[in-house]
Amino acid sequence: MSVIDKNTTFLGYRRENKRVGVRNHVIILPLDDLSNAAAEAVAHNIKGAMAIPHPYGRLQFGADLELHFRTLIGAGCNPNVAAVVVIGIEDGWTKKVVDGIATTGKPVVGFGIEGHGDHETIMRASRAAREYVQWASEKQREVCPISELWVSTKCGESDTTSGCGANPTVGNAFDKLHPLGNYLCFGETSEITGGEKIVAERCATDAVRDQFMFMFNRYQAMIDRHKTSDLSDSQPTKGNIAGGLTTIEEKALGNIQKIGKKCTVDGVIDKAEMPTHPGLWFMDSSSAAAEMVTLCAASGYAVHFFPTGQGNVIGNAIVPVIKICSNPRTVRLMSEHIDVDTSGLLQREITLDQAGDKLLESMLRTANGRFTAAEALGHREFVLTRLFESA
Amino acid sequence: MIHFVLHDAKDTVAVVVVEGVKSGMDMTGWIMDEDRMINVKAQQDIPIGHKVALKDMATGDTVWKYGIDMGKVVADIKAGQHAHVHNIKTKRW
Repeated sequence: MSVIDKNTTFLGYRRENKRVGVRNHVIILPLDDLSNAAAEAVAHNIKGAMAIPHPYGRLQFGADLELHFRTLIGAGCNPNVAAVVVIGIEDGWTKKVVDGIATTGKPVVGFGIEGHGDHETIMRASRAAREYVQWASEKQREVCPISELWVSTKCGESDTTSGCGANPTVGNAFDKLHPLGNYLCFGETSEITGGEKIVAERCATDAVRDQFMFMFNRYQAMIDRHKTSDLSDSQPTKGNIAGGLTTIEEKALGNIQKIGKKCTVDGVIDKAEMPTHPGLWFMDSSSAAAEMVTLCAASGYAVHFFPTGQGNVIGNAIVPVIKICSNPRTVRLMSEHIDVDTSGLLQREITLDQAGDKLLESMLRTANGRFTAAEALGHREFVLTRLFESA
Repeated sequence: MIHFVLHDAKDTVAVVVVEGVKSGMDMTGWIMDEDRMINVKAQQDIPIGHKVALKDMATGDTVWKYGIDMGKVVADIKAGQHAHVHNIKTKRW
């Protein structure tokens, strides 16, 4: 008997498009690097508004530009966001982001800086942000079925305890959420290297399997094109190796413990695309933690499971990131970062089922409003994935 | 106390899950998939999270973990020794 079943509920914010969020952010979203200063000034003026600065958005083109728009629009559309103020250097691309977010029906407005300057833009945007914050502050949480909670996962600063403890804990939780009809997501394409056949075998249909292998092979081809070594200085990372991992295959076999023992892989999406039906989705994505969690936020996921071994400290601006750790040394030395301690698994003090339930309990408390460690510590990572150079 | 864990009885390496493993220490290991215990004597100091070899392996041998191929041996390893990046490498990339 799990701690969750189909009758389990949580308290969430139901948005205009019926999607359910677990946070009530009013975000000040810069279109580009040049607009960070104005966005941060607005967030400084208006208490309860949050700027999400990032370093890109100029002279991108093709698939890289499409991904930029998809990520910004997806972040604004995320149901954890109540309302959005977009600020860009010029009106054209700013409007594109505003129009994309407006499809959700949530309040959104954009301001271009050119012809106005920072002062006037900050003043106009602050007026809008003040109205949004006051409006959002009256939103009430309502009872929602657990199946409406979208949950993504990615691990980071993994070590061998990740594959033995923290990642199987996520897998156990996913195995319990999957039959309830939740939208679930995993990715990290390069970190499946050596375990790709296991993921392929788990795909629900031949079509999904073909899409997965297409994404996997596309990423391998990218690595082959650019690599100058066997990547042993990057993948596994220095932290992974310090934690006892040796090869990408070993890291991958630990990584894919996160998809549990029973879940089927029900669909494949490209970076920051939105899944179209319930089930477990594979998202082609970078394995860099902040990039991947940002892409999950842009795809609409509301809560994130992040197992770590050596102690990745990541959070996200939009999505609460729940950290799970099975390494007793990390739990002792970095306790302020760990939400769910599963180190008892490796001493046979708790079962995997109990560890999975412990994570699900933490998920429900987080969904109901409890801050994660990363939120309390002020971690607001928001990192855009780039595909190639600017024009 | 469990000193190391492995996933599959076929595995040739296992993960040390306690701090302070020293050369000569008798270690108890847990095969998670079968819920069965085995014993190995450490032949080197091994940090927490790092792997102990469960059998002698020669250069070129495949290393098994999770019951699956996780790379190749690039310097001979004796049972009980520290199995890490100095004697195991990827077969990919």
